[in-house]
Amino acid sequence: MRPFEYARPQNESEALDLLNDHDANTAVLAGGTDLIALLQEDLQAPQRVVDIKQVESMQGIAADGDGVVIGALTTLEEISESPMLADYRSLGDVVDGVRAIQIQQMGTLGGDLCHLPNCWFYRNGYGLLALENGESLVAAGDNRYHAILGNQGPAKFVSAARFAPALIAWGADVRVIGPDAGSSEWLPLEHFFVTPKVESQGVSVLKPGQLISHVRLPATTGRVSSTYEVLQMEGLDWPLATAAATIDLDGGVVREASIVMGHVAPMPWVAHEAAQSLIGQPVDEVSAGRAGEIAVAQATPLRDNAYKVQLAKTAVKRAVLSAADMLEGAL
Amino acid sequence: MRDRNDQNRSGPGFNRRDFLKGSAAAATATAMATQGSEEAAAANLKTNVFAAAAQNVTLNVNGKDHTVKVEPRVTLLHVLRNNLNLTGCKEVDERSADGADTVMIDGKTVLAGSRLAIECEGKKIRTVESLRRGEKVDEVVAGFVKHDAMQCGFCTPGFVVATRAFLDKNPKASLADIQKGLGGNICRCGTYQGITACALEISKGGK
Repeated sequence: MRPFEYARPQNESEALDLLNDHDANTAVLAGGTDLIALLQEDLQAPQRVVDIKQVESMQGIAADGDGVVIGALTTLEEISESPMLADYRSLGDVVDGVRAIQIQQMGTLGGDLCHLPNCWFYRNGYGLLALENGESLVAAGDNRYHAILGNQGPAKFVSAARFAPALIAWGADVRVIGPDAGSSEWLPLEHFFVTPKVESQGVSVLKPGQLISHVRLPATTGRVSSTYEVLQMEGLDWPLATAAATIDLDGGVVREASIVMGHVAPMPWVAHEAAQSLIGQPVDEVSAGRAGEIAVAQATPLRDNAYKVQLAKTAVKRAVLSAADMLEGAL
Repeated sequence: MRDRNDQNRSGPGFNRRDFLKGSAAAATATAMATQGSEEAAAANLKTNVFAAAAQNVTLNVNGKDHTVKVEPRVTLLHVLRNNLNLTGCKEVDERSADGADTVMIDGKTVLAGSRLAIECEGKKIRTVESLRRGEKVDEVVAGFVKHDAMQCGFCTPGFVVATRAFLDKNPKASLADIQKGLGGNICRCGTYQGITACALEISKGGK
């Protein structure tokens, strides 16, 4: 780890002020489960680390009209234990999949959404796009955990934001603040993520000196939801493929649905046509299975990851069934 | 960590900085110019900003305050091990993916290798060493012994702290709960059977 200054702001405007010194060559520190590793591996070398954990406005979960606002510093544990989020079951499903009390108690929602890819090319210093003489090292190398969708450009990693599929399926908005103190913007979380064409684009719309302060969920209005993560092992690990479904059921028939896949593309992958196929149908193995088929119909697997197509298909099917409480006993 | 050996040690015993100070007087003159500008920069720092240079950090560990002089980049794991001689928590993997560096901070589990020491000022830190008072050991420690929940023992302190924290939070944990909650600790010897047996006995099988 290279030397850096350490700053401990008490509020949002102080945080932005501190982040924008040094030409914004600074880093935001919350739970530290990703940033400290990035610093140790020399993948990031900020001149100042801004520890935002004491910014009170970014903590906790509060009602907002009919919806809920979650501070970016809210931990995974707080998300899974909050009565205000009990009806947004797909969020609790994500925390359940993070099978380590340490990460549940340290990790924050904002940190998850900004988590950089776990692609081993990136983590070993080859960059997000891992290009060498214009050729993709990922395409030619070991790409068993890489993207099966949205991978025809230079980016072939998978987005590591684990809450994003569930939040996008709920139609969540995200509040981005900075770079100037006082400037803030709410945007749909779906528009927050970026598939970079050039290295400098990064994985989200965040520019240097900006950060996520809050996430807002709309009212549930009786909708049901679930996230299904395909995990390789029992312990703490990244999912191989995930899917989140939020469904409006009216008398057993789907009135509206939203399906978003995770860990299959460089950004959370919204499966519009799969969701559309459920409308007017009862949720059962046939309709859920068909949604899964449609969700992966355009998949373009790389050399080593065709198996992920099956996993993603099954994740969609099971997320849909689970949202309607019909997973038990289904295959 | 690439530069783990370059880090400041202010604890007892061998001190690399002092050694360098003593033996490299010739280099001092050259270094002074740099140091001067560093101090000037430090003087201009905003409030709430700590310079990159080593500075006093006071940590409350197992009920006692300790002041150490470390740079902001130094992790809690390294201060515990190198400065405070609390070598219970272990460094296995820089990404803290193994849980061997688990400590408790204000009652929550934290991977000490993923937390800067300076972040922990004003917090109550508990390490595995706190689970023993004289001859009296915590029931989790006793349970690990009883159920033979270790082989090489390297992961054991982190596992013990995680188990203690997990059972504090889930006193009636079932086998499935335990497997989920303790998934962040890895034992290469594969002693999971004994560890879950120990946790299950304390949680009375979740009943």
